[in-house]
This record gives sequence, C-alpha cells and structure tokens, in this order.
Amino acid sequence: MATMQSRNLARMMLFPSVVLLLAWMIVPLCMTLYFSFLDYNLLTPGNEEFIGFLNYEFFLTDPAFFASFFNTLLLVGGVLLITICGGIGLAILLDQAIWGRNYVRIMVLAPFFVMPTVSALVWKNMLMNPVNGLFAHFAIWIGVEPVDFFAQIPLLSIIIIVSWQWLPFAALILLTSIQSLDREQLEAADLDGAGPFSKFIYIVMPHLSRAITAVILIETIFLLSIFAEILVTTSGGPGYASTNLTYLIYTQSLLQFDVGGGSAGGIVAVIIANIVAIFLMRLIGKNLED
Amino acid sequence: MGSITLKQVTKTFGDVNVIKPIDLQIHDGEFIVFVGPSGCGKSTLLRMIAGLEDTTSGNIDIDGKDATNTPPAKRGLAMVFQSYALYPHMSVRNNIAFPLKRAKVPPAEIEAKIASAAKILNLGDYLDRKPGQLSGGQRQRVAIGRAIVRQPSAFLFDEPLSNLDASLRVNMRLEISELHKTLDTTMIYVTHDQVEAMTMADRIAVFNAGVIEQVGTPLELYQTPVNRFVAGFIGSPKMNFIEVEPVDGNPTSCVGVRPEHLKVTQDKGLWTGKVGVIEHLGSETFLHIHVDGVGPLTLKADGDCPLKYGDNVNLTAPQNKIMHFDAAGKTLPPTPFSGN
Repeated sequence: MATMQSRNLARMMLFPSVVLLLAWMIVPLCMTLYFSFLDYNLLTPGNEEFIGFLNYEFFLTDPAFFASFFNTLLLVGGVLLITICGGIGLAILLDQAIWGRNYVRIMVLAPFFVMPTVSALVWKNMLMNPVNGLFAHFAIWIGVEPVDFFAQIPLLSIIIIVSWQWLPFAALILLTSIQSLDREQLEAADLDGAGPFSKFIYIVMPHLSRAITAVILIETIFLLSIFAEILVTTSGGPGYASTNLTYLIYTQSLLQFDVGGGSAGGIVAVIIANIVAIFLMRLIGKNLED
Repeated sequence: MGSITLKQVTKTFGDVNVIKPIDLQIHDGEFIVFVGPSGCGKSTLLRMIAGLEDTTSGNIDIDGKDATNTPPAKRGLAMVFQSYALYPHMSVRNNIAFPLKRAKVPPAEIEAKIASAAKILNLGDYLDRKPGQLSGGQRQRVAIGRAIVRQPSAFLFDEPLSNLDASLRVNMRLEISELHKTLDTTMIYVTHDQVEAMTMADRIAVFNAGVIEQVGTPLELYQTPVNRFVAGFIGSPKMNFIEVEPVDGNPTSCVGVRPEHLKVTQDKGLWTGKVGVIEHLGSETFLHIHVDGVGPLTLKADGDCPLKYGDNVNLTAPQNKIMHFDAAGKTLPPTPFSGN
C-alpha cells in the first residue's frame, strides 16, 4: 500500500501551506466584510457602530461609482485590445529570422520589468509632458498644438502607458505559441493556394486562440487592479475622468478616512471581478479545455 | 497530364551542396520512388519540385512549361506530408474543402468532390470529426483526400508511412498503390525504406549524397545495380560484400552475393565459416555466419533450416549471381570467381 501511504504523506505535507494561503486570503476578506457594515471613520476613532447596508447604499449611489466602474471597463478593454492586436503583430515580427533576434527579443521584453510607478513617471515627465515632453517637441516641430495628455485625454493616456507595460507580456506568450505552430501546416496551406492573409486567418489565428485566451484571462486579473499608474500621473482626475474602482476605494478609505465606505467598495469590486471572471470563462474559457 | 523534367537541378544551403546537378525525366502517370539513406537530398528534391524550396540552379519543367520559379499553389501539384499537416481546428470536411475554397470552387461542386473523395478513401463516417479524434491511418487518408480533391497533375508523398505502425504501413502501401491505379496520376514518393520502394514503384531513383546513383524498375535495380551502393541498398537483408585482392587483368576489388543466393554445401565451397546468430522468421531463416578473413555473411535459408549455433558450414553461390565491383565501387562484367 505504498501509494496510499505516499498519498497521505503528500496531503499532510501540503496541509500547512494550504492553511496558510487560505488564512492569508480569508482573514482580510472577512475583516473587509466586517468593516463594510460599520460606520468606521479614522477621524472619529472608537465610535464604530453597525449600520447595516448603509455603506453599500452610499457607495453604489455615488455618481463617482458609475464613472469609475465604466472607466475600469474602458481601461481593461482598451489595454486588452491594444496588447492583443499589438502583441500578435509583434510576435509575428519577432518570429521572422532577423539579425540579432535574441537581443531584440530581450529588448522587447524590457518594459515588463520596469516598476509601474517608474514607467508611469517616465511617460509623464519625459514623453507626455505638454511643455518638455518628447511628444510636445515633436508636435511643435511639425507645427501643431501640443496635447496636454493628462488634462485632455487622461484615461486614454493611462491606457497607453499600461498597454506599453503589458504589450511585451502578450507578445512573449503569443510568440511562443507562434513558434509551436507546425511549419508543415503552413507549407500545406501554401500548396493549397492560401495567400498570406488566408494563412493568417485560417491557420495562425486558430492556433493562437488558446494563447490569446490565456493572455486575456491573466491580463484582466491584473488590469482590474491598476493603481500606481493613476496615482503618479493624474491622481484620478480631472474630476473622476481617470478614476477606476481601485483608485476610488483608495480615495474613499485613505483620503476621506472612511474605512467603512472603502470596505464596502472593496467588496463591490470583488463581486464585480468575479462577475467579469465568470463572464470571461463562459465566453472564452472553452478554448482552454482540450 | 503530369510529366516533370528536372534539368541540371542543384540546391545549396550556404556552402553545402545538398543536391548536385540532377537530370531526371518523370513520365506522365508513373509511380516513381525516391529512395536513399537519410540526408541524401531526396526530400529536398521533392520540396523543390513542390516549390517549397528555391532551386539554386537548373530548371524544373512541369508538363513542358518551366515552373522553376512558379509559386507552390500554381504548380498544380499536391503533397502529402510526413506529419500529415492537417489543420487541427478544422473538421475533416473542412480540411478537404480548404484547397477548393481557396480556389473559389462553387459550394455545390465542393460538396460533390468531398463526397467522391470520402467514397474513394472510406472517410464517410469521419467527415465531421477533428483530426485529433482520428487514428494515424485515418489522418493519412484525410491528407490524401485533401490532395486528391484538387485533381493535381502529380502527387508528392514525403515519407507518408513512417509514422504508422508496421501492419498499418503494409495496408496503406496497398491502398496508395491501388489509388495510383484508380487515378492514373503521376506520383512521386519519397522513402528511406527500400521495401516500400520495391513494392510500390514503377521506377525507383536511388539517391546517395545529393546525386542519383541509378534510375530503373525495381527488378533492374535488384538484378543489375550499377554500383556497390545500389547493390547494397536494394534488397533485404543487405547484400554481402567480400573484399578481394585485385590481380593483374582482373580489377575486381570486391564481390557481392545476396543472402538469398548464398547456399550451404556439403562439398568444399567458396568459403567456410561458423554459424552465429540464427533468426527464424517461420517462412525463412536468416543465418549470420562468421567466415575467417571475410567477416560475417548473411545467408537466407528455408524456414526449416536444421543448422545450429556453432556449426561449421561450407558456403557457395552460383557464379552468375556473384557481382563484381572495382575499387571505385562500379559494377564490373561478371568473371569467374574461385574464392580468395
């Protein structure tokens, strides 16, 4: 009965880490849930009292909630669109035999290793600054009015920055997928009279569908909680133009000291994230089954 | 129509001459097999004919027209790949329809062609399955189906049976031969397996290191090989080669005897040796006999051969079955051989 023994041993040895991970998740979740039903403001400590669903009512009827909810969707959707399309293009380019291909691949991956705050500051001060930024200089050079990115198109600016960070990730995953495509299939398609466009649509894209699904799922998880890029560039403004749910919860609990309201927002965000996850799994999750 | 002419065709990869100048005439409706050891350039030449590799120099004419620089799809050839190269996300039906859809064939005609291909290849029950749900032999048939619906002027097969198990391989061999008789279209078939070559071909081209050593019918290659390489490559088990000292007036430096022509004799034969490993196949027996000064010889005997390991035997062979080769490996006209 060696197998039974080893199975029990495996369970016992897994037990501590499973318990630890579970506690790590459950305890903060329960505390947030508890706080969300309290009137808990850091300016009036010691006066916490149970107020039922009032925090939720305030949070969900706040006009800022709807603005930030749609901003979150736009941010996630926009970044996904740019990184998937750009990633496919980049992956196809990187798959070509060019001189120094390995170095180019490492260079392309570089933005992913830069801290979000750092890359956002680089974009803010060196590229998108309306006076000293590279884009402003370029605009003046070709004779048009420089764009004040964070005042005129704040959300789009953040989408561009975040896309720049996540493009390498998508490109890398899609590149490995393209490399695993059987070359004989492409040759067979050549003989079958498929042009480059037909080959892309009928051979390459179906082959990439699994990798694209993985990229969408992974990126969505991280993109729902974008925070640092907003904090160091627009601080959610002007108004609520670039506030997403994560940032709204931050303002609620740490700028307005309303821990109860922030916790309610946190729970709402968890629920929304789960809805998005279920929606995505239903929509594209079948691509991962095989 | 499906005649293909290769004129002084060569291929180089960097500094390596993969194909040295090759001339070959492939006739309409013929089943020709390219056979040779791995790395001899036979697959490369097939891919050049298909248009998947550029031709470094020389001309490839298809049906009398120069097709050296014609793109693959325009050559009117169909290819069956070693890995089958089916499109995994398409059903069998769509796999077969793919080349027709690319050629903008009307849907009704596509349906009719799929139906007739499915009938020829017994694919009717699988048309709506994905390639992943099929066995190796079925996938092979789908790949052939995808080739035949295009009604190509010639079929190219690149080691199509090497991924199948032994018994299935024998079946598919028959099916492909049968298909050739039914369609009566030129087929070019690449393999490293001389049994496949011998059983299927109208003509065989034996490749070695980028050149064609000999082209001929299976029996021509077996009976009158032009050199030692062809003699050794065609026939199973391999021909026995025995090195001899060339003497004045007789440049023979090597003689070859096929295992099936070597006989055990009671008289003093040409060689004496000790029986080594014996392989019983039921219908026949392969004896590995160690001959002093010559090395191991293989002998093909009847199924009920009474010899045992360690027996001493005398060996002989009919004079007209002994082949003579000169120092360069070229076949010489037969001369009497009296042992060494």
